[in-house]
This record gives sequence, C-alpha cells and structure tokens, in this order.
Amino acid sequence: MIPRSHHDMGGLPAGKVERTEHDHAEWERRVDALAVLMGARKVTVDERRKNIEALPPEDYERMSYYERWIVSLAQSLLQRGVVTTEELARKMIEVERRAAG
Amino acid sequence: MPQARFKPGEKVKVMQAYPLGHVRTPYYIRGCVGEIERLCGSFPNPEELAQMRDGLPPQPLYRVRFRQQEVWPDYRGSASDVLEVEIFQHWLEKA
Repeated sequence: MIPRSHHDMGGLPAGKVERTEHDHAEWERRVDALAVLMGARKVTVDERRKNIEALPPEDYERMSYYERWIVSLAQSLLQRGVVTTEELARKMIEVERRAAG
Repeated sequence: MPQARFKPGEKVKVMQAYPLGHVRTPYYIRGCVGEIERLCGSFPNPEELAQMRDGLPPQPLYRVRFRQQEVWPDYRGSASDVLEVEIFQHWLEKA
C-alpha cells in the first residue's frame, strides 16, 4: 500500500480558484503541438499523466501546467528510445548557451 | 470484451486499494458505497495505456452515484446531494 499520491488531491483544502484567462506563450503552444503529434504515435493522455504523477511533489507544485507537460513528453521520448539521456543533456546545454547569447 | 456486470440502480463498493501505477479511481472515493447511475460504454484500460500497452480488451466504465454525506464525514449540505464519479468495472464489487 502506498499513501495518497501528491497529484490525487481531490477533497483536500485548497486556495481560491483562479479563473482569469491568459494567452499561451509560443513555447506552450509548441508543447501542445508536440503532445498532439506524439498522440498520433500512441502516446496516450494516460501515459502523459503517469509521467506527470511521477514528479516529486515539490516539482509538481513549482512547475507550471506546460512545464509539467514538457517533462512528461521528454520522459516518454526517453522511455520509448526516441532520444537518449545523453542526447537530451547535450541539447539542453546547447540551448542554454544559445539563450545566454 | 468483458461483460458489463452491473445494472443501473445496483449498489456497488469501490475497491479500497492503493496500488502503484496510473490509477483513475480517485483516492477519496476508494472504499465508498454508491449506486450505478449508468453504463458509459467500454474503453481501453487507462491503467494499461499509461504503461504503453494497448489496454485491451476494453473495460466497462460506469457513472457511479454517491451520497455526499457518505463521502465526506463533515458534509453540511443537503442529505439529497450526490456526487457522480466515472469508475471502471474492475474497481467495483457488489455491495
């Protein structure tokens, strides 16, 4: 038996629900598109949820909605052998350097 | 395809289990007794889909109606208030 998983928070006390609409950033739209494309290759919403639910509670709380999604999609790409951890690591360093200018 | 074992109006108890994996049955409803409201259809098992398997054969999915006062011990609303949760057949047993 395991205790209640962090994500399974139905019924727990919670703060006010924020109902304001907001535009999505370009990167968030890209994450959404990636999820749709991976869905066409049988990465289901259930697989996406499994990877999100595996996040440590502090990361789950810290990350925004689409940050959780991109972590989940990256996990699926690793688990399915589409990319290796090394490839992901090298690409992240490359992108960080590019962003630093 | 597994037969739908329950009919609308039948009393069912949600399995009180806390397994690993991706589970669609909310924590708060496990162990509660409710009543079948309707059969929603049969769908690939999300617990299996999450693990990159096909989830077949499709599993019957029910909408189950619970009395709010039975789900939440400190519920202060009307005794007639209900909560409906969609639950797959393998999480249900006859109550």
